[in-house]
Amino acid sequence: MTSSQARSAAEETLSPNGSSPEVIKAVKLRHPWRNIFAALVILIAVLFIIDAAGRPAYDWASVGKYVFDPRVIGAAFNTLQLTIYSMVIAVILGIILAVMRLSPNPVLKSVSWVYLWIFRGTPVYVQLVFWGLIAVIYQNISIGIPFLQPWFTIQTTVALNAFTLAIIGLALNEAAYMAEIVRAGILSVDKGQIEASTALGMSWSQSMSRVIIPQSMRIIIPPTGNEVISMLKTTSLVTAVPYTFDLYTRTRDIAVETFNPIPLLIVASIWYLAFTSIMMIGQFYLERRFARGTGFEQVRKTKRRIADKVNNHG
Amino acid sequence: MDSVMVRAENLVKSFGHNTVLKDISVEVKRGEVMCLIGPSGSGKSTFLRCINHLEVLSGGRLYVDGDLIGYREKNGKLFELKASEAAAQRRDIGMVFQRFNLFPHMTALENVIEAPLRVKKQPKAQAIARGKELLDRVGLADKFDSYPAHLSGGQQQRVAIARALAMDPKLMLFDEPTSALDPELVGEVLDVMKHLAQSGMTMIVVTHEMGFAREVADSLVFMDDGYVVEAGNPEDVLTKPQHERTKAFLSKVL
Ligand SMILES: Nc1ncnc2c1ncn2[C@@H]1O[C@H](COP(=O)(O)OP(=O)(O)OP(=O)(O)O)[C@@H](O)[C@H]1O
Ligand SMILES: [Mg+2]
Repeated sequence: MTSSQARSAAEETLSPNGSSPEVIKAVKLRHPWRNIFAALVILIAVLFIIDAAGRPAYDWASVGKYVFDPRVIGAAFNTLQLTIYSMVIAVILGIILAVMRLSPNPVLKSVSWVYLWIFRGTPVYVQLVFWGLIAVIYQNISIGIPFLQPWFTIQTTVALNAFTLAIIGLALNEAAYMAEIVRAGILSVDKGQIEASTALGMSWSQSMSRVIIPQSMRIIIPPTGNEVISMLKTTSLVTAVPYTFDLYTRTRDIAVETFNPIPLLIVASIWYLAFTSIMMIGQFYLERRFARGTGFEQVRKTKRRIADKVNNHG
Repeated sequence: MDSVMVRAENLVKSFGHNTVLKDISVEVKRGEVMCLIGPSGSGKSTFLRCINHLEVLSGGRLYVDGDLIGYREKNGKLFELKASEAAAQRRDIGMVFQRFNLFPHMTALENVIEAPLRVKKQPKAQAIARGKELLDRVGLADKFDSYPAHLSGGQQQRVAIARALAMDPKLMLFDEPTSALDPELVGEVLDVMKHLAQSGMTMIVVTHEMGFAREVADSLVFMDDGYVVEAGNPEDVLTKPQHERTKAFLSKVL
C-alpha cells in the first residue's frame, strides 16, 4: 500500500467528504498583568510571613504551647457542640416554621409570622442575655393543667444549665433565619410538582415531605452551609448567658491569666479555621447528594469550585 | 352499573371577575375517549383541573363514576369534602401534564412507585413489580434507573403515563400531552395512548393532534370562550362543522 493510499483511507474514516477538519493551532493569549499581579501578591505574602515569624508580639512559642492545651481542646469541643446542637434544632424548627408559613392554615401562618417578627427583630446578644435571666423571671417550671395542681415542678436553674440555655438561645434565633432560607427553597420548586403529586392523591404534607422539600434542598443547602459557619462564630457570644467554656471565652480567660492575649487569639483562630474548613468539605458532599437527577451533578466542576473557595477563605 | 363515567352539568368556573368556564355540560361513557379542542384560553385545562378538583368549581355539578366531585350533598345542601376525602377521589383519576411534571429527584421507577407506596400503602415488592410492568408496557424496560433529566421528552411523558396508571385509575385526563414534544417524539406517546384507549380506559384528552382524535376518539368537543360550541362524532365535527366558530378554528389548525 502506497502512502497516498494510506492517507486517503485515513481521510475516509475521518469525514464523509474526504477531508479532515483542521485542528486549530493558535498562539495562546498572554496575560502579563495577571502574572505581574500574582508575583506582587506572593512577594507581599512572603514578606509578611517572614516579618510575622520574627515579631515577638505574636509569640509563636506560646501559640505552639497552647494550641493543643487540654483546656483549649475542651473549649474547641464545646464550641463544636454548641454549633452542631443549635444548628440541628434550628434547621428542624426552621423547616417547621417555613412549612407553617406556606400552609393553607391561617392560624399556623400567623404563628410563624409572629415568631419571625420577634426572633429576627431583636439582636441575638440581647436574646442570649434574656435566656440567661430566664431563671430570674421564671423560678420554677411546672407541667400540668393551668390553674390546677401541677403534676411536676422543677427549679429552672436545675432543669436548664448555662450550656442548655446557650443552645436554646442560639437555636431559636437561628431558626428564624433558617425558616426564610427554607421558604425561599420551597418557593423555588416548580408549581407543576405539587400539582402532579396532588393529582396522584398525595396529601399536602406528603407532597411537601416527599416531593417539594427534597427538591428545595439544592437551593437550601448552600446558604445553610454559610449559616453553620456563621453559627460557629456566633457561639463566641454565649458569654452573654453567661456560658464561659466556649473557644473564644476560654482562650480569652487564659490570656487574662498569662497577660498575653495575642497568641491565644491566634490559637482560637486556628481552631475556628480548622472547623470551618471541615464544614466546607461536608457541604460539598451534601450538595452533591442533593444534586441527584438535576443535571447539576458534574462532580469535577463543583469539586474544583469548592477547592477554589477553600483556598480563597483559607 | 351506570354506563356514564363523567357527567358535567352546567359547570361554571371563575377566577375573581374572570369567568373561564361559563356553562359546560358534557358526558363521557365508560371506556370512551373524548377529545377536547379549542383555541388557547378557552378553558380546556381549567375544565380538566376541575374534574380532579385541582380547581374548585364556582357552579354546576360534576360526577365521576357517580360520585359528586369535591362535595357531599345532603338534604339539598353541599358540604365541602375533607382534604383526605378529596385526595381519595383524586387517586382514582390519573392526570398527564403538558410539561410531564415528573419528580426530578427520583428515577423513572421511583416516580412510578411513589404514589402506590405512600398513598395506597402497597407493599414495596408489589409496587416495584407493578411499576416495572407498567414501564415495560410503555416501552421503557431499559430505563428503570434513569433520572428524568437523562430521558428524552417522549420518554419522560411515557414515564408520566406509567406513573398515573400505577394508581389504577378509572379515568385518565391528558392535558396536551404531546405539545411540549419535538415532532419526531409525538408518535411514540400517541401510540401508548392509543393502546391505552384500546384496553378500555376512559380518557379525556386535550389535544391538537387531529389525526389521533379522528382515529381514537369516540367523541370530539370543541370549546371556545368557556362554552361547548360543538360536540359529536369526531369525523362529523372535523369534516362537517356546524358552527362558524368551529369552522374558523378548524381552518387554522387543519
Ligand atoms: N389560577 C388561575 N388564576 C387566574 N386565571 C386563570 C388561572 N388559571 C387559568 N386562568 C385563566 O383562565 C383562562 C383559561 O385558561 P386555560 O388554561 O383553561 O385555557 P386553555 O384552553 O387550556 O388554553 P391553552 O390552550 O393555552 O392551554 C385563561 O384566560 C387564564 O388566564
Ligand atoms: Mg391548557
